[in-house]
Amino acid sequence: MKSKAAVYPYLVWMIIFIIVPTALVVVFAFTDKGGTFTLQNLQEVGQYSNIFLRSIWLGAVATVVSLVVGYPAAYIISRHSVSRQNTLIMLIMLPMWMNFLLRTYAWMTLLEDSGFINRALMACGFPSVHMINTQGAVVLGMVYNYIPYMILPVYSVLTKIDPSVIEAAEDLGADRRTVFLRVTLPLSMPGVISGVTMVFVPSVSTFIISKMLGGGSNLLIGDLIDMQFLGSAYNPNLGSAISLVLMVLILICMGIMNQFDENGAAEGGMMV
Amino acid sequence: MKAVSRIYMFLLFLFLYAPIFVLVIFSFNGSSTMSRSVWSGFSLRWYACLFQDQMLLVSLRNTLIIAVVASAVSTVLGTAAAIGINGLNKWARRVVMNVTNFPMMNPDIVTGVSLMLLFVAAAKFMGNLALGMVSLIFAHITFCLPYVILSIMPKLRQMDPNLAEAAEDLGCTPRQAFFHVVLPEIMPGVVTGLIMAFTLSIDDFVVSYFTSGTTQTLPIFIYSMTRKRVSPEINALSALLFGTILLLLIIINIRTSRESKRSETLQKEA
Repeated sequence: MKSKAAVYPYLVWMIIFIIVPTALVVVFAFTDKGGTFTLQNLQEVGQYSNIFLRSIWLGAVATVVSLVVGYPAAYIISRHSVSRQNTLIMLIMLPMWMNFLLRTYAWMTLLEDSGFINRALMACGFPSVHMINTQGAVVLGMVYNYIPYMILPVYSVLTKIDPSVIEAAEDLGADRRTVFLRVTLPLSMPGVISGVTMVFVPSVSTFIISKMLGGGSNLLIGDLIDMQFLGSAYNPNLGSAISLVLMVLILICMGIMNQFDENGAAEGGMMV
Repeated sequence: MKAVSRIYMFLLFLFLYAPIFVLVIFSFNGSSTMSRSVWSGFSLRWYACLFQDQMLLVSLRNTLIIAVVASAVSTVLGTAAAIGINGLNKWARRVVMNVTNFPMMNPDIVTGVSLMLLFVAAAKFMGNLALGMVSLIFAHITFCLPYVILSIMPKLRQMDPNLAEAAEDLGCTPRQAFFHVVLPEIMPGVVTGLIMAFTLSIDDFVVSYFTSGTTQTLPIFIYSMTRKRVSPEINALSALLFGTILLLLIIINIRTSRESKRSETLQKEA
C-alpha cells in the first residue's frame, strides 16, 4: 500500500502551527523590545531558579503518585470482561469531561480552612488541618486532574497484550508474581512511558492549579509566563525566554524518558 | 484478591467523584455570600442567575463549535498521518514522530504562548484582524492532532503489516483495503483519538487563554468566575455540565448495548 503521501497535509500543518511559532519564541527570547539581539532576557531567567526547581519537584511527585495509584487501577480494569471494561473506562474519563478549572475549584471548597473536610473533621472532634495554599494541595490538584492520562494509556496497552503470552509464561512454570514482573510489566512499558509524559508535562507547566490551590506563595513557572504575556508585568521577550528554558528542560526530561522506551522495546524485540 | 481490587476501585472512584458531588450538592445551596460550604436550605436561585447570563450562552456556543470542528478535522488528518507515518522508512518516521511528540511534550502554556505570537503577527500582517474563533480553531486542531496520532500508532504497530498487502493481493483497491481491513483494525484507536480530541478541546483552557483575544469560550468564562472570591453560580454550572455529560453517556451506553444484543439475536437466528 502506497500510504506515505497521507502524511503530507499533516506535515504542512505542523510546520505552520508548530515549527514557525516555536521559532518565534526563540526569536523573541533573544531580542529586546526594539528587535535587536540580546542575551539580557535569558540572564534574567536565572533569577527565578527556585521557582523552576519547585515546579519540577512538585510535578515529579505528582507523576509518581499518579503512576503508583493509576497502574493498579488500569491493571484491575483490564482484568474485567470487555463490557465491564468499557463502563469502568467511561467512569474514569467522565470527570475529565468536566473542566479542570471546575475540578480544581471543587477541591478549593473541600480544602479550605472553613471548608468541607475541616468541617467534617471538627464535627468528629478532631482539630482542623491547614490544607489549602500548601504544596500538598498543589500536588493533590495535579494528581486529581491528570491521573486519567496515566490510567488510559496503560490500560490501552494492557488490553492489547496477547493472553497466550501470559498463558505461555504460566505453562512454563511462572507464578503470578513472576508473570506480572517479567511479562506484563515489561510489555506495558510503552503505556507507562506515555502516561508519565502526559502527567508530568501539564503538572510542571500548570499555572491555574498553583494559583487556585497553592495561593500566592507557591508560584510555578507557568504563573511567571502568564504574568509576562497577559499579566501585569507585560514583557513578551522575557516571557519567551522563560518559555524557551521551560521547553528545553521538558524536552531533555522527555528525551531521557524516550531512551527508556527504546530500551524496553529493544528488550521486547529480543524476547520475541 | 477480588475484594481488594474492588475496594481499590471504590476508593479511586470516591476520590474522583466526591469533589464533583460536593459541588453538585452545594449548587442547590440557598446561602448567598457566606462560605462556600455552609448549607442554608434548598434553593434554585443560582440556576436562575446562570440562565440570565448572556455571556454564558455565547461562550457555550463558541466552545461547542470549536470542539466539533477541531476534533473532526484532527481525527481525519491524524488518521491519515498515522497511516502515512507507518509507511515511512525508519529514519523519516523518526523525524516525523519527533515533530509529532513535540507539541505533546511541549507544555501547553508554551504552545499557547507560541501560537499567540504567530496569530498576533499574522493578524497584524493581514491588516489588524483580531484573534478569535478562527485562531481558536486552528490552535485546537494543532494540539489535538498529536493525541489522535499517538492513540492510533500503537494499534497500527500491533497490526500485522501483511494484512493490507494480503487484502490488495486478493484484489482490493487500496481504498477498499483501507476501509475494510486497516480501518476496522485500528478503529479502537481512532475512536479513542476522536474522544480525546473532543475532550481536550472542550476542556482546554491554557491554549485558548492565550489565543482567544476577546472571544469567550466556556473555560475562559469559568476562569473569570473562579476569580471572584465566592461565586456559587459555578456550582450550578458544574452540576448542569455533569448532568448533561452523564445523560449523554447513559444514552450512548444503552444504545450500544441494545445494538450488540440485536446483532447477537440476528446472529442466532441466522
